[in-house]
Amino acid sequence: MLTINRDICGYCGCCVAVCPEGALELIDAYLNLEGDCISCGICARACPLGALEVVHEE
Amino acid sequence: MKSNYDILVVGGGPAGALAAKTAAEAGHSVCLIEKRPAIGTPVRCAEGIGKELLKEFIEPDERWISADLQRARIIAPNGATISLDQSRAGNEVGYILDRKVFDRELVWRAAEAGSDVFVKTRAVAPIMENGAVKGAKVISAGKAMDVSADLVIAADGVESKFARWAGLNTTVPLGEMMSCVQYLMTDIPIDPVSTDFYLGREIAPEGYLWVFPKGDRTANVGIGISGRQSRDGTRARDYLDRFVAEHFPGGKIIEHIVGGVSICRPLPCTVADGLMVAGDAARVVDPITGGGIFNAMFTGRMAGQVGSECVSAGTCTKDALMKYDEAWRASYMGKTLERNYKVKDYFITLDDAKLNDLAGSLANINMEEFKVSTLIMELIKRNPKMLLELRALKNSIA
Ligand SMILES: Cc1cc2nc3c(=O)[nH]c(=O)nc-3n(C[C@H](O)[C@H](O)[C@H](O)COP(=O)(O)OP(=O)(O)OC[C@H]3O[C@@H](n4cnc5c(N)ncnc54)[C@H](O)[C@@H]3O)c2cc1C
Ligand code: SF4
Ligand code: SF4
Repeated sequence: MLTINRDICGYCGCCVAVCPEGALELIDAYLNLEGDCISCGICARACPLGALEVVHEE
Repeated sequence: MKSNYDILVVGGGPAGALAAKTAAEAGHSVCLIEKRPAIGTPVRCAEGIGKELLKEFIEPDERWISADLQRARIIAPNGATISLDQSRAGNEVGYILDRKVFDRELVWRAAEAGSDVFVKTRAVAPIMENGAVKGAKVISAGKAMDVSADLVIAADGVESKFARWAGLNTTVPLGEMMSCVQYLMTDIPIDPVSTDFYLGREIAPEGYLWVFPKGDRTANVGIGISGRQSRDGTRARDYLDRFVAEHFPGGKIIEHIVGGVSICRPLPCTVADGLMVAGDAARVVDPITGGGIFNAMFTGRMAGQVGSECVSAGTCTKDALMKYDEAWRASYMGKTLERNYKVKDYFITLDDAKLNDLAGSLANINMEEFKVSTLIMELIKRNPKMLLELRALKNSIA
């Protein structure tokens, strides 16, 4: 599951551009998970601030 | 907002502004929408641009120029510096813009030319008819509405979604996304007329760190690293903080921005039925420098021109719009993008020792012209022993 820490996010759009599923979207100045996320973690790697994390359920 | 326009432009950055201005000047009804509440903010840019490149679009104005530069310096991992002075570089170096004001000026001019402009208005989906884009569903200050148009120009920047919604694959590979952080710092010792580029794996893996002056003791201090190098403890911000602690410990941070720069190849096709894609959304950023302001204005203007012709002719099919795709690829800009992509591919393979060697060989460089191709020719001339290795570079500028 992808978690977004909006207190850290700087609304840059890196994660939106690299997500292969087109699942993320910047709305106004707010990052949202809008589509189907496959928890691949690519967006978390791209984030320059560490605002995203994929948490795998046990 | 009217519910029908000839051309709808999504995004109020340099690409969208130039597209809207050009199309409005051609006599069409144009609507430009921008999802943020204000044009130009927050800035996501280091704000550097070549003087001649800027002048192709607009006469420089001190209201939006923060610094008039005299040199660029490239600093190798061991500190060796290549200084490219305006006097020695032959032509001019560049400006640092104030994009908050600059972007507004561009949109202002689009409005003056006759475009309608709406901020706090975002496209949420294309309107599709028989596979062709025919406008967009928008939300304007909370109110949903349909805006139909013969043509939509998607100039929605790095986070572009519009072209993707219309069926184009715009995903940037992780390794070709520069993950960037920048501080606007004040009270720091800088050379106020030099743009400084720091290279090296320890400083900015597969990218670079920049210090771009915005005044006597003020500068944009930022970094871009490849997305594939970014992880816990080695994110862009971590590298920047280490640099700042070492070089500018007494400095004050008065702005903190993050941004993404794609350094992949441009989209394989930048048109579809009823749709053109321009600027960062088309992935036309220079893969070496990460500069995209000029390319955004260039593709925006060209999209406005070709789009206007197609609207006048009554046909906005992909075939008709292809003239835009072909024209920008064949242009000097398009060819530079292709060449610099290959050059970038070579440079990211270099370790710090090689970077030091190459930088050392360029000491006292005296360039006729401040150009990547000239720099490469000099590298090849001065490193005959590395000819085999530098062949890829040579081929890229052949
Ligand atoms: C840290 C950093 C440093 C940089 N430094 C430089 C530099 O020194 N020199 C240089 O030349 N380039 C630089 N660039 C690149 C440069 O900023 C971009 O190439 C340039 O801004 C691209 O212009 P654009 O019009 O294509 O996109 P943008 O300027 O990003 O504009 C796109 C606009 O579209 C809006 N938008 C997005 N989606 C929607 C929607 N659905 N509806 C309505 N509006 C929407 C966005 O809010 C945005 O305002 C840098 C980039 C970064 C991140
Ligand atoms: S984890 Fe993968 S699929 Fe999910 S939002 Fe991030 S990049 Fe997209
Ligand atoms: S990459 Fe990070 S900072 Fe940028 S929009 Fe995504 S979560 Fe926010």
